[in-house]
This record gives sequence, structure tokens and C-alpha cells, in this order.
Amino acid sequence: MSEGNGKDVRLMKGNEAFAEAAIRAGMDAYFGYPITPQSEALEYLTREIPKRQGVVVQAESEVAAINMIYGAAGAGARVMTSSSSPGVSLMQEGISYIASAELPCLLVNINRGGPGLGTIQPSQGDYFQSTRGGGHGDYRTPVLAPATVQEMVDFVFEGFRIAEEYRTPTLILADGALGQMMERVELPPEGSLPHEIPSWATTGKTPDRESNVITSLFIEPEKMEKVNEKLQEKYRSMEKEITFEAENVEDADIVVVAYGLSSRISQKAMHMAREKGIRVGSFRPKTLYPFPYEALGKLAETAKSFLVVEMNAGQMVEDVKLAVNGKRPVGFKGRMGGMIPDPDEILAAIENIDN
Amino acid sequence: MERTFIEEDWMSKPDALVYDNHPETLIDRPLHYCPGCHHGVAHKEIMHVVEELGIQSEVIGVAPVGCSVFAYHYMNVDMQEAAHGRACAVATGIKRVRPDKTVFTYQGDGDLAAIGTAETLHAVNRGENILIIFINNAIYGMTGGQMAPTTLEGMQTSTTPYGRNIKDIGYPLKMTDLVAHLPGAYYVTRQSVHTPNAVRKFKKALKKAFEYLKDERGTCFVEIVSNCPSGWKMTPVESVSYIEEKMLPEFPVGDLKTPEK
Ligand SMILES: Cc1ncc(C[n+]2csc(CCOP(=O)(O)OP(=O)(O)O)c2C)c(N)n1
Repeated sequence: MSEGNGKDVRLMKGNEAFAEAAIRAGMDAYFGYPITPQSEALEYLTREIPKRQGVVVQAESEVAAINMIYGAAGAGARVMTSSSSPGVSLMQEGISYIASAELPCLLVNINRGGPGLGTIQPSQGDYFQSTRGGGHGDYRTPVLAPATVQEMVDFVFEGFRIAEEYRTPTLILADGALGQMMERVELPPEGSLPHEIPSWATTGKTPDRESNVITSLFIEPEKMEKVNEKLQEKYRSMEKEITFEAENVEDADIVVVAYGLSSRISQKAMHMAREKGIRVGSFRPKTLYPFPYEALGKLAETAKSFLVVEMNAGQMVEDVKLAVNGKRPVGFKGRMGGMIPDPDEILAAIENIDN
Repeated sequence: MERTFIEEDWMSKPDALVYDNHPETLIDRPLHYCPGCHHGVAHKEIMHVVEELGIQSEVIGVAPVGCSVFAYHYMNVDMQEAAHGRACAVATGIKRVRPDKTVFTYQGDGDLAAIGTAETLHAVNRGENILIIFINNAIYGMTGGQMAPTTLEGMQTSTTPYGRNIKDIGYPLKMTDLVAHLPGAYYVTRQSVHTPNAVRKFKKALKKAFEYLKDERGTCFVEIVSNCPSGWKMTPVESVSYIEEKMLPEFPVGDLKTPEK
């Protein structure tokens, strides 16, 4: 449990680690529905929460779960749900309502291979859905992409902070491998993220204030446009939340861009390439929305080309192309349907680049 | 056609008026509902009860998509709009994190008995300590008069232009009867608001429902057999007769489950 230095260090599965982190982050309620490869979160919380604090409900569907989230968030609670791809698809209408009503909540998608029922193996196929809003209407959600079990923990705290600061549904997008793998994690203490019931929440109308209303309905188009302008303004203001990790990029001819699990494999391939004398750097966005366009755009001034590695048919590669803006060639190496690329095939893709 | 309530000429007797006294819990602004629609009557009685019980500061309401999605324009209590069909899930979320509050939903038949059937049945089956108010006008009012799960056999709507054909599309769904069978239901009643007497009975039942919530013994469920003059293509007076002659035989009023029984 402890390494003797007062730190709470454990060996934990990603799904259990983010669930534990949520309790420590002061989550008031969790609503979810089982789906592989993230069911351990609901299992962990139904085991732990009755012994500790908070509410946990196994809903009748992801549709119900996300609407329970809407209700509880509207009542001012700190809330989280998690699911995997098909379940997250079912939640999209609710997420759109939550974005429009400007309610804070944290959503975790442990991405599996699709489309359709697909496979329970890890995938990054939900990048578009996550970073483009996912449901109907003009909205975005901040998206955090962990690459380690430790980040699964850290991003829960970060996710709640961002959700509440901007009053927005906030997403953690991790693949099935991160949910299932066990790694060493250091757990922050409980109570380190204070939370007060916001004044806009539906907690019962007292004589000293008007009634509080949570709604996403703005029937006059003039008003609806204003709401949209406000949302867009909010999304622009989130740019200060952009985070990324760059390694060996200063002298790099080739920059490999990847996030989550594929970034770890890409980093391995980068080291293999360096040993062969190829100057490769790696760039890992930690926030997929907002996306680090500017930082990548700067790299286009020094690097000769880019290689994007994803566990999908090529989704983030479009953002990288937007960032590079035609200045340099952007290649792509992807595996799909739950397949994980190995370092050798990424190395081969690197070696294939004709600079 | 016998119309006893018309013959009594109750509308002209001021002491029988159900709309003249205005509770504090109701925001004074013109209703957007069509003339003769029962949503307004139901809203008012709910807010009367909230005022009489002195629970305005405890109440959180949920109004999903449907004609009454704007309920928060009139009901002077904290409220949440909900996606179509999801009121019971939203209410569950609220009640679970604010267990000391009184949470109610106000849902149409399309909302509660079609798209939201699962949320409704499961909320009641969990015995959520919420009050579900189910306004059954046998039609989709908001979207322009399409068939609802509660549309009567033979009834013409914009999507059953030849009348609801049971063979094709099934039977009027009696959600209130279904709900009464669930052990999570504590108090289940069906009422109407089409005559002054019915309004009084509805109000009494509603008051009981709010009071039963305090027992924390399960879901309270109040159906209101209601009208939709625009959707039914009738005058308000005709719609009241239709309730009496067609709706009530299919959806008879009375308690289906009481804590005592
Ligand atoms: C997901 C979704 N599907 C369909 C609609 C369109 N819609 C809005 S209200 C409604 C039916 C309303 O009927 P009911 O619940 O009976 O309430 P009423 O308007 O009759 O009071 C429908 C189909 C919607 N808003 N959302």
C-alpha cells in the first residue's frame, strides 16, 4: 500500500484506478451501465461507495445513466459516468443536452474496437466522436487522453476541475488496454479538490432568489444563436488548458504524433529509430480537445515530416494536417478494429519516410 | 348526447370557478397552451398543492419534452427540462443526490409510455421516492397530433388517419395499470381534470401523493386523463365530452394502489 514515505502507492488496473480517483476527488454520485472493457469501474464503485461516501446506481441503460447524470449535475452534485464505445454512442443525446444546459460532469470512454458491436479489444476509433462533440448541435467537450494508469488517476482530478470551471461535460478518452492494464499509481489524498454546491443548481427555490431552471431549450432563434456564441466563446477560452508532451523534437527530422497507448508504442519506436541514427521525435497531445495546433504548427518549421500513429483508420491525422497546414508531409500508420501496432511496424513506417 | 355538467351551467357560477384564485407558486403570465387544454388546470392544481403543503423550497420539478416542456415558465419552483422520455432518469439523478428534497416529474403519454417506457418502469421498480405525474391526452400534442401509445382504438390522429387499427399497431397502453403491479410503487391513482368535481378529486389525490412521498416507501404515480382539443380537432367542450364518453371507459379514474391496500 505504502512505500513508507507517506505516499499512497498501489498496483492498480486502469478501470479501478480511475474509479478510486473519483472517490478521492469527492465525486458525489456515479451512474453507469456495464460494458466490457470498463465494467470494473462500476463493480469497484458498487463495492467501495457503500463503505465510504457518495451515491452509485447501476442504471437500466446508458441512456438512463447519462440522464441521471444530467439530473444530479443540475442539482449541483459532482458526478461521473463511464462506458465503452457502444454505450457512449447511446449517451450522445444526453451529452448534447448537458453541454447546452452547461452542466459539469466527467465522462470516461474506455474505447473498444468498432464499428457496431465490434470487439472488446482496445481502439482509438472514437476520436472523431469525442473531439467533434459527438451528439447533435454545435458543441465540443474537453477531451483528456491518458497514456498511463497514473494519468487515468490524475486526469480524473483535472477532468472534474475543468468540468466545473467551464461548466461543461468533460471526457477522458482512453483505450481498452489502459482500462485493463495494471501499473503503479500514486493516489492523491481525499478532499484535495473542494466542491461547493453552485448557486445555479436546482436545490429548491428559497424566498431569497428566483427559481433556478436547468434547460437546453431556447426556442427563439435569436436567443439560441446567443447561447451558441457563448458556448463558442467558452470553447475558445479553454485553449489555456491545452497540454502535450514533446520528446526529442528539437533536432527531429521526423515527428511521430500519437496519443494514449499508441504514443507509448510510438515512443519505443522513436528510441529504436534513434539507435539507428534516424532523428525522430515524439509529440503526444494530452488534450485532444482543445488540440495543440499551435505547438504542432511550430514544429512544422523545424521538422521535415510528420507521422501520425493511431489505433483507427486515421482520425487525429486530420487535426495534425490542420496544424501543419500543408507545410510538411504528414504520413499515417494505423491499425484498426482492436489491433495494436507493434514498435517494429512503426519503425518500418518511419524508415519508409523519404525525407 | 348527455352533457350534465354543461346543463348545470357550472361555468357561469363564480363559486365553481377553478381558475380565479392564484397561488404564489404560480408565475403570472399568459399560458402558451391552446384554449381549453388541461395542462393549465393541472399546472395550477399542482402548484396549489405545493403552496398548501408549504413545500415550495423543497420541490424540484422535471418537465420533459412535450407541450409542457415550458412548465418552468409557470411553476415557480426549481425545475429541470429533460430530454424526451428521460424525466424519470433525471428525477432519479436529482433525488439520489438531494434525498431531502421533493422531486416530481410531469410527463406526457408519448414521453412516459413510448420513448421513456424503460426509464419509467425502472424508476418505479427501484422504488425511487419521486412523484410521477402522467398527463395522458392520448396524442402527441407538441409535434402536431400524432398517435400516442394511449391513443384509443379507432381514434383518428395525423399518423392514424383511418383511425387506430389495433391489428396493426396494438392496444392503448395502460402504463398506470402496469406500474401498479410493481412492488416499488407506493401510491398509484388515475384522475381527470375535466369537471370542477374531477379537479377537486385530482387535487385531493395529488396532495395525498405528495404527502405519501414523505414516507419514503416508494414511487407515487398520478395519471391525469386529459384532453387535446387541437390534436383531437374538437372544441374544448367537445373534448370534455370525449373524455367522459370515450377516454374514461378505457382509463377509469380511481386509486389503483394505496399504501393501506
Ligand atoms: C428524441 C426525440 N424524439 C422525438 C422528439 C419529438 N417530440 C417532441 S414532443 C413529442 C411527443 C409529445 O407527446 P407527449 O409526451 O404525449 O406530450 P404532449 O405534447 O402531448 O403534452 C415528440 C415525439 C424529441 N423532441 N426528441
